[in-house]
Amino acid sequence: MASTQTPTTKKQPQQNQSSTPFTSASIGKKVLMAFSGIVSFGFVLGHMLGNLQIFLGQEQINAYAHSLHALGAGIWVIRIVLLFFFVLHIFLGVKLKAENLRAKPVGYKFNETVKASLSSRTMIWTGVTILAFFIFHILHYTARITDPRFLQLSLDLAGRFDVYSMVILGFESPLISGFYILAVGLLCFHLSHGLYSMFQSLGLTTKSTSKMLHKFAHLVALVLFLGFAAVPVAVLANQLPLPNSEIPTEEALDTLTTESPNQISTDSGGVR
Amino acid sequence: MLDIVNEELAKTDIEPIHFDHDCREGICGMCSLVINGVPHGPQAATTACQLHMRSFKDGDAIYIEPFRARAFPVIKDTIVDRSAFDRIMQAGGFVSVNTGGTPDANAIAIPKTASESAMDSAACIGCGACVAACKNGSAMLFVGAKVSQFADLPQGQPEKTARAKAMVAQMDTEGFGNCSNYSECEAVCPKDIKVSVIAKMNREYLSATVKTLS
Ligand code: HEM
Ligand code: FES
Repeated sequence: MASTQTPTTKKQPQQNQSSTPFTSASIGKKVLMAFSGIVSFGFVLGHMLGNLQIFLGQEQINAYAHSLHALGAGIWVIRIVLLFFFVLHIFLGVKLKAENLRAKPVGYKFNETVKASLSSRTMIWTGVTILAFFIFHILHYTARITDPRFLQLSLDLAGRFDVYSMVILGFESPLISGFYILAVGLLCFHLSHGLYSMFQSLGLTTKSTSKMLHKFAHLVALVLFLGFAAVPVAVLANQLPLPNSEIPTEEALDTLTTESPNQISTDSGGVR
Repeated sequence: MLDIVNEELAKTDIEPIHFDHDCREGICGMCSLVINGVPHGPQAATTACQLHMRSFKDGDAIYIEPFRARAFPVIKDTIVDRSAFDRIMQAGGFVSVNTGGTPDANAIAIPKTASESAMDSAACIGCGACVAACKNGSAMLFVGAKVSQFADLPQGQPEKTARAKAMVAQMDTEGFGNCSNYSECEAVCPKDIKVSVIAKMNREYLSATVKTLS
């Protein structure tokens, strides 16, 4: 019955059963924001656990990467679902921000913030930076088109793509590592407010749990940051050895600069 | 303080500064000044009318601005039109009582915890400081308090589904922003309403949406 009602004008309070569709109501959008945020968070958490397997050695991480690719169509289903929620999250994030700016057209001459955290006030900016980073990250390690060396890597002993060496070669550049660390830092900053906000948007907080959930969000964000930053930091600190096969020789470096498609080395033998 | 300024202004031919007030004892919610960037000024849980000049030091500059939000158009100087709140209340902030004999007091048993939490929400005086403080001009603390005060009590149950939907719809129609969970509203609320009422409203709205799916 509600759906047959004509939209009420601004000055008339709506009587009884009136409603806007869930997806355009303020709370509906926030709920979708929170839900798409959790899905993205689930991915980020899983990704971090995957990354950390690099510390278990070349064999472990390559096998893990291989098992993901062995899912075949499955991996595409997962990618499409994640992409859907990610795009929804970004779309709603931008829409909410635009509406919020409209709702506050004039600010204060004397601008003051009593309680709102810096992370809560910068969600859109940390968000956009994460997006830029994601695009670079996918070109870098998934499509592998930003670094010609990745395509020249030899297969590992078991004949799998050598993710282990790729990650180490990639993070040997302090510039790239620095950008990754900065970006995951901002992602975790986003989450330090986002995770609390998610509970609140879904109506899962109460007076007595709200403080604890704030702390929980900060703690999880910190753990994620340490987990993500550990890999580039370990590479920069030379704590993750390249397998012998991938240590570039003078000769290999020459061929690299001439962009020869030859493999750097055919000699095998991974170092654990 | 503004009275003294205005008395002085009255002696000259400059028009006095317009500002809203009524009770001056912190219970009506009429006063609406943003003092040094903070609605109702620097003292927590206090309305502007109850803020004493002793909160400032001699020689301090004080900035006074009106509440700012699209849904609260400025009428003159620091007076803003807060009738959007009234329309939200008309949309669902009531309990319908059919006429008949006066019901016995205390005929409906209400748990102490429920009446306490309803009372905490009902402490909201509808001043609109939450909207003024919110960087998004969102009214969720106000609407959250009003939805919660009824949702906690047995008398509020029959209309709870329609209420949550209608009040939220009216809030959106009025052009208030969305909540980003800054908690800035909670910090300035003169009646110390907590953002947990927003979570409660979200629950009410979600369950109302699910109930009306069919
Ligand atoms: C993996 C990446 C991301 C994760 C895990 C994530 C997670 C979250 C979470 C959990 C929230 C809280 C939702 C709520 O308030 O209920 C949130 C809010 C937000 N996110 Fe993200 N996010 C990610 C990427 C992005 C990107 C790329 C953008 C780009 C525009 C973005 C923009 C926002 C904005 C603007 C908000 C605040 C919405 C509001 O409260 O008004 N996020 N995010
Ligand atoms: S004038 Fe009544 S609350 Fe301030």
